[in-house]
Amino acid sequence: MNAATKPTGLDQPAAHLRLVPECADAGSPGIQLSGVSKTYRSRDGDVPSLRPLDFHINASEFFVVVGPSGCGKSTLLKMISGLLAPSTGEIFVEGEQVTAPSGNVGIVFQNSLLLPWRNILNNVLLPIDMKRLPRDQYLPRAMALLKLVGLEGFEKKLPWQLSGGMQQRASICRALVHDPKIMLMDEPFGALDAMTRERMNVELMRIQRETGKTVLLITHSIPEAVFLADRVLVMTERPGAIAAIYDVPLPRPRSLDVMAEPAFTELVQRIRKHFFSQSALD
Amino acid sequence: MAEFSGQGGLSRALNAAWVRPFLFLIFIVIVWDLTIRLFKIPPYQIPAPADVVAVLWHDWPELLRQTWPTTYATICGFLLSAVFGIVVAMLIAGSKTVESYIYPLLVFSQSVPKVAIAPLFVVWFGFGIIPKVIAAFLLGFFPVVVSAVQGFKSVDPDMVDLARAMQGSRFHVFRAVNLPHAMPAIFSGLKVSVTLAVVGAVVGEFVGSNSGIGYVLQRSIGTFDLPTMFAALVILALLGVVLFWIVDRIERLVIPWHVSQREELLFAA
Repeated sequence: MNAATKPTGLDQPAAHLRLVPECADAGSPGIQLSGVSKTYRSRDGDVPSLRPLDFHINASEFFVVVGPSGCGKSTLLKMISGLLAPSTGEIFVEGEQVTAPSGNVGIVFQNSLLLPWRNILNNVLLPIDMKRLPRDQYLPRAMALLKLVGLEGFEKKLPWQLSGGMQQRASICRALVHDPKIMLMDEPFGALDAMTRERMNVELMRIQRETGKTVLLITHSIPEAVFLADRVLVMTERPGAIAAIYDVPLPRPRSLDVMAEPAFTELVQRIRKHFFSQSALD
Repeated sequence: MAEFSGQGGLSRALNAAWVRPFLFLIFIVIVWDLTIRLFKIPPYQIPAPADVVAVLWHDWPELLRQTWPTTYATICGFLLSAVFGIVVAMLIAGSKTVESYIYPLLVFSQSVPKVAIAPLFVVWFGFGIIPKVIAAFLLGFFPVVVSAVQGFKSVDPDMVDLARAMQGSRFHVFRAVNLPHAMPAIFSGLKVSVTLAVVGAVVGEFVGSNSGIGYVLQRSIGTFDLPTMFAALVILALLGVVLFWIVDRIERLVIPWHVSQREELLFAA
């Protein structure tokens, strides 16, 4: 296995910033997909969305999926979170088969999807309410997370009083508050402007390192994928299948300067070729 | 200093939201009065404003006594339409099957003129309050259903997925996400509904009742007592305004977070 797939070995953050205890490698098998496919039934017949997929995401890995629109990326995410049953195959999260929402994942969508009638703190605590866990027990954790993403002092504000980037940071807190093992992110920064997006990428990388979560992120942007990922999965057009999986051999921690390095641009070019050759066939 | 703030208070009072429609109302009354004088319209066609005011002044104990049954029937009918409307909307929005069975029929039933079927309720329930309440309910019901269905359906499916992924039960997700999301739409339906409920109650009083403002209207038309009839109309309009205002106040309390209320929140902050 490539060294780049084990990011946890590099630059351990200060102990007080770690929000979860260090997981032993043996007891945390990450996410396992075997033969997972999805076919939607419609009046015009069956519409294949995903061809059978087999891959494994390691614990604490930053795993990014890139693919063209409509290749079933969001379907993949919904199946892993247990919201959608796969047509064939099995999904295992932390060694347990997914058959219904397990509550062991945090989800971030393209839109922050904060509830406009709840203030930021109560929005962050939504998973606690849904799981009917004791609020007061998770309050310090919610505050710590808001501090981690730089939203200290905004707890009592309503979502519309915050900028788009701040709203998305709050939604990241919400995805982490119930301490899930896995974060699923569906184009989390797609709705933000380019400058905010770059800053959020750096932030996200820091949050992932400090919390040690397994992250599955879906994006359209190839540079974003390479910048963030330990491994990048490239998907084909609909029905989606795995075109390739690349290790990203860039050392961590990464800064935005890494985007100028030859290794970075070369990998971006290599991934981009998948999509050009595909559309040439059309 | 005191003088200064007093002057500010006066100009603020003149610019207050309720003063402008009031000024416009006075303007309309003046035009009304002048038209009658200029074109010499006889009082059995349009009464002079002064005559209407005189009736309101002299007969107010009787008019007030007749206002209560109408108000009572309106509020009962409105509350019924609010409760049933929201529940039916929940069922329609929650199940495609229920929607396909009920919704077309509901729209169909709205094409039946309530005035035409109101005498039926008198046949069934007599001359009491029940026919009025039913008429008010029938008129107020539909706008609540339509707005609430739209409110429940416009929730972002990703938002519901998000709450479901946290193992929220159907009930918990509904209470935390769907219901608050639908509140602004429900309230816009309730505001239409409450004014229509007044109309419904009066329709009920028209066809069979011996009390209420609708009854006063009916009787005064019969005797060509136009000042009394206009006075009854004024009272009905006031009733509608007051009930609308009450619903509006409740809305501000229930959904202070909504876009339409944000201005006030900014001032408060």
